[in-house]
Amino acid sequence: MTTLAIRNGHLVDPAAGVDAAKDILLKDGRVAEIAGPGKLKQAQGAEILDATGLILAPGLIDIHVHLREPGQGYKETIATGTAAAAAGGFTAVAAMPNTTPVNDSTEITRWMQAPERGAQVRVFPIAAATRGSKGESINDFAALKSAGAVAVTDDGRPILKDGVMRESLAAAARVGLTVIQHAEDTRLTQGASMNLGPASFKLGLRGMPPEAESGLVERDIRLVAELRDAHPHLHVAHTSTAAAVAAVRQARRNGLRVTCEVAPHHFLLTEEHVGLYNTHAKMNPPLRSAADRDAMIEGILDGVVDAIATDHAPHAQHEKEVEFEQAPNGITGLETALGLCLRWLHREWKMPLGRVLGLLSAQPAALLNLKGRGTLTVGSYADVVIFDPKAEWTYRATESKSKAKNTPFDGWIMQGRVRWTISEGRVAFANPA
Amino acid sequence: MIKVAARRALRTPSVPASPFPYHPGSLLSILDLSVEDVSRLLERSTGLEKEDPLKRDRILAKRRIALLFYESSTRTRTSFELAAKALGADTTLVSNLSSSIEKGESLKDTGLTLRALGAEAIILRHNSSGSPWLLEQSTHLPVLNAGDGMHEHPTQALLDLRTILNHFDPKTRTCHFERVERGRASGRVEAEDSPWRGSAVPIKADTLAGLTVTIVGDILHSRVARSNMLLLPRLGARVLLCGPKELLPEIAAQACPGIPPQQQKPAAGDPGVAIERDFEAAMRQSQAIMMLRIQAERLAGLQLDLDEYKARYQLTGQRLAAHAPNAIVMHPGPIIRGMEITAGVADGPQSTILEQVTHGLAIRMAVMERALAATHGGRA
Ligand SMILES: [Zn+2]
Repeated sequence: MTTLAIRNGHLVDPAAGVDAAKDILLKDGRVAEIAGPGKLKQAQGAEILDATGLILAPGLIDIHVHLREPGQGYKETIATGTAAAAAGGFTAVAAMPNTTPVNDSTEITRWMQAPERGAQVRVFPIAAATRGSKGESINDFAALKSAGAVAVTDDGRPILKDGVMRESLAAAARVGLTVIQHAEDTRLTQGASMNLGPASFKLGLRGMPPEAESGLVERDIRLVAELRDAHPHLHVAHTSTAAAVAAVRQARRNGLRVTCEVAPHHFLLTEEHVGLYNTHAKMNPPLRSAADRDAMIEGILDGVVDAIATDHAPHAQHEKEVEFEQAPNGITGLETALGLCLRWLHREWKMPLGRVLGLLSAQPAALLNLKGRGTLTVGSYADVVIFDPKAEWTYRATESKSKAKNTPFDGWIMQGRVRWTISEGRVAFANPA
Repeated sequence: MIKVAARRALRTPSVPASPFPYHPGSLLSILDLSVEDVSRLLERSTGLEKEDPLKRDRILAKRRIALLFYESSTRTRTSFELAAKALGADTTLVSNLSSSIEKGESLKDTGLTLRALGAEAIILRHNSSGSPWLLEQSTHLPVLNAGDGMHEHPTQALLDLRTILNHFDPKTRTCHFERVERGRASGRVEAEDSPWRGSAVPIKADTLAGLTVTIVGDILHSRVARSNMLLLPRLGARVLLCGPKELLPEIAAQACPGIPPQQQKPAAGDPGVAIERDFEAAMRQSQAIMMLRIQAERLAGLQLDLDEYKARYQLTGQRLAAHAPNAIVMHPGPIIRGMEITAGVADGPQSTILEQVTHGLAIRMAVMERALAATHGGRA
């Protein structure tokens, strides 16, 4: 493995409290040395990467992606999905288990991490909480954890039954895993394809009430409180409603271990972006009202939101070229997350760069207990993103590394161009100026 | 901590105005038509209705129009078909009852096949809201929306408008059912009966000022209601929506574009859309009452006490005589006698139900002429 010296860049590592000009040496997949400009001591013979004018930061970590393998390789593969991740500055992704078959076994969990999959960045499987994600009987969490699973969820579906959710939280707490909930009371969302509100009425589409999300979050928080002594960790996936964020905020004040993530589309777009049945604006949870969107922004700015996660959900073109109600849920997100976060959270809404990057690396790493990631200190993984913070560019879905092009952000202006993504010391993506 | 006030000031991404250009001949939503477009279509509907059938037959001679019907609908299909034939067009019907719609074939592929077969316009009836946009985007042909899911039925709104205008007296600014009688006496609706038809009076943004139209019943599932509430207020009318919460959610009144929020609870005489759950109170304010059928096929598990529904919302002869003795009674059909409307009212002198059917023919001729006329100039 080559030794790589990144020189003349500006390191922003919020977890380490660094925001300064630094050179950094990567060796054998780890960070070997960090020093002031020109001060690296062990750089003899190293390949030099000139990062003049660029930001170096811990590689981004997306804890909510759908890589579609096994079984749905026509939408995306682990190889293509992680290539898109690398292009977006991500060095690690956590892959959801709603594959075909569902990842509810140690075999599939291991299969997803095998070198044969051709992953460009680190893949952390998240295993199904229940058998077949049917929400009935829980899996062997200890075995799944030892096979490499970093959390359990039935994402795509909720863990609906009180008893099953309670059991999942307790069992996961015993082995030190997080339960990630796709909070949707499906009894309230039958046949619905967008948010319930004036827009859904106007379009003649059945709507998902915000209570379908917040009601389940509140139920889950009650269960966490009941199990308080076992210290379960509940993580709310793709939070989209003001009421759900408020519930998480309150739970935290009560000392419960409840975290949440928000996807870029939920802090940027509203139900109005569905426009005239744009299936690239159809996802679950759906785009919500402007008030909900504003609550996502507030939650991010005031710190209730623990992570930005994309819910990268690739689909084949023909699957989205159908009647709105028939179209599958989801949009891609790996290549647009950083550009949107820098453009909006940082530049427009004045969130400090370190905090934005923390939401995309240090915080998600801490949330799923990914040791040695999310920070760049000597000994940690050589996961680095190097980007030009000033570059403005236009995202073109046709140029995506993902197999899928289903994005509502085609043609959007992005801020910050990824120049290199280095995953465990290996250049996974390069786009030098 | 970010303060609420600061948060309010944040700039957020804007919503794109128009996602893709339409074919100028398409009619997907009633919102596609400006007030001037509506005026022109109504004028043409009269012109075409009055035209010598032998001359009319040549207007779209040998032009090919496909009717693509994913839902059975005798009334709408026959109306479009007869209107097309009256203009001399060749029509072909593809329906879910015939074997033509192959199992599993997408709407896009069916549309492309029809285009390859020479269809110059497609009339689409579909059970999924928004499907006309998909068809238009896939084929780039003029598409006429003949009803999409719970969304819209624009030609129905136009024919309802024509019906209302046929009974509308611009001097008193009110509707009166008696014009129906004169129309019926001659066996068809005569052009002279209308104060606007045949004359140069264009439709304007205040043409229906002072008029109140009540739409009653299953608003939630009704594309007729949506198209009407998106059209009539733009011509100055006030629309009252009436029905139980299950079939008429509060959000319905906020879903009317172009009407500023402060006008969303319009007083008598102001244009806009408002909810009035007391049927008799609504009737007393209305010159036109539009009854809707309960769409049992779309209720999807909704429990509704039909006896209670009838007690509150059924239009009976007694109610009509007591609260709206001069109003016209409209219904897009199919009617369910004894459910939302009694047989006596449906067949009574205030009913315009059959007259609406006649207006439908004239409107659909005008809409099809527009669709294919625009084709000559190529796609916009
Ligand atoms: Zn989910």
